[in-house]
Amino acid sequence: MTTPFYVSPQQAMADRAEYARKGIARGRSVVVLQYADGIVFVAENPSRALHKVSEIYDRIAFAAVGKYNEFENLRIGGVRYADLRGYTYDREDVTARGLANVYAQTLGTIFSANTEKPYEVELIVAEVGPAPEDDQIYRLPHDGSIVDEHGSVAVGGSSDQIGSYMDQRHREGMSLGEALKLGADALGRDSNGGERTVTAEQLEVALLDRTRPQQRKFKRMTQRQVARLLEEQRGSAESGSEGAEPSSGDEGESEGDGAES
Amino acid sequence: MEAKASGTGRLPAAFLTPGSSSFVDFLAAHDPGQLPGNRELPRVERAVEAPHGTTIVSAAYPGGVLLAGDRRATMGNVIAQRDIEKVFPADEHSAVGIAGTAGLAVEMVKLFQLELEHFEKVEGSQLSLEGKANRLSTMIRGNLGMAMQGLAVIPLFAGFDLDREKGRIFSYDVTGGRTEESGFAAVGSGSVFARGSLKKLYREDLTEEQAATVVLQALYDAADDDSATGGPDLTRRIYPIVVAITEDGFRRLAEDEVSGLAQAVYDGRLQLPDGPQAPLS
Repeated sequence: MTTPFYVSPQQAMADRAEYARKGIARGRSVVVLQYADGIVFVAENPSRALHKVSEIYDRIAFAAVGKYNEFENLRIGGVRYADLRGYTYDREDVTARGLANVYAQTLGTIFSANTEKPYEVELIVAEVGPAPEDDQIYRLPHDGSIVDEHGSVAVGGSSDQIGSYMDQRHREGMSLGEALKLGADALGRDSNGGERTVTAEQLEVALLDRTRPQQRKFKRMTQRQVARLLEEQRGSAESGSEGAEPSSGDEGESEGDGAES
Repeated sequence: MEAKASGTGRLPAAFLTPGSSSFVDFLAAHDPGQLPGNRELPRVERAVEAPHGTTIVSAAYPGGVLLAGDRRATMGNVIAQRDIEKVFPADEHSAVGIAGTAGLAVEMVKLFQLELEHFEKVEGSQLSLEGKANRLSTMIRGNLGMAMQGLAVIPLFAGFDLDREKGRIFSYDVTGGRTEESGFAAVGSGSVFARGSLKKLYREDLTEEQAATVVLQALYDAADDDSATGGPDLTRRIYPIVVAITEDGFRRLAEDEVSGLAQAVYDGRLQLPDGPQAPLS
């Protein structure tokens, strides 16, 4: 008969954390930034069909990195949670805080249960408020903790480099174009200090736009819109002028679109 | 739902089970008591008295479709509500109007809206217009038990079909049977009179504004002959609700727009109380 190895709880948890972190670090990153009219999600995602950023409810969106089947499951669970809660009570009663709590409990239980393998995912749940100071952004690492974030946040592969790059440059009241460009530039940093230019074709961009007249504030940006905004920003940066708000006109154009375009 | 979550507060297994994109199916599996059709009703001798909504009319025109409803709810011989709203957006490109038991109808619309939104969020794309119409059919069938006891809900569903690029109208019977209507349709207690009126006034080449006048005339005729249908209430400024669905999406006509048209219909009736006269041949 073999005697089971003794593994100290510290070692067991450290191993599980290491396992989850490695899985997450393999994927490309997602950044989330506040801008004047809402929150913009920028993900490096070569796929047009498999989304990393999605709508959960009227004012709430979800972004994730890591293993697709695991975060897709959590996303659908979140949509079901939000829709059921809104149906039982009222649409007002669905909040990002509530959702983040449920996600944290779910991830935490799975992380510390010995029978399940830890999820290799890191999530962001964000809610746009009536004013910028009411915006909420929660980051949910693989182990079930919740981090309340402000301004800008990155998750995924080189999130440390990307995050500190954004922290130095993000400021309150940025226009959509400025925030988008900062996000795209930040995604081009890698952990070895290297730099590359991320083009509009590689990006998945979505907004929680508080100025949208519809109840549902989530909107995907088309590749063309992203390319045009980035071009304007990169153009004005080269010519040295501070293009203050070249983006405000573009936002209204697809107002009539459904949440999915 | 909190009570249903396990002690840890994590999402219950049903939430994380891959499968259906339908909210109704999820509810049926996870919390069937919340589904309107699943309630047991005690046997009663007579029909239950509850507010009933009345007439809904719809007319298609090139580039879109209109759906309109009067504002009256009745309970027996009593006017239960003068300003009830019976026409709702279902999603960005469709709308639903309801006749029948008001309380159940409003709940059904809420569930139907959620069903479409839920599918859209989970799948990342909208249901086809036929798909939406079929979902509504299933939901009405779920209400059959209550309908047998006099609590029927009969909707009229109109939407813009983005593939065929035209407005389409679907009517239903109490068993969930679905019929696509061509051009125009009416449901509810005043529908007989509204349909007669629509028949004489409707043409295929109406503009949106003309189509709005046609549905207001039809509602006026319904109110004229059916006591359960309310006409435009000029003294209280309560006008029918008119919504348009076009390629650009759902739009509820503003109150000034409707009040202007309703006033014109009323002014015409001061000259010709029975409304505009169609040529004899």
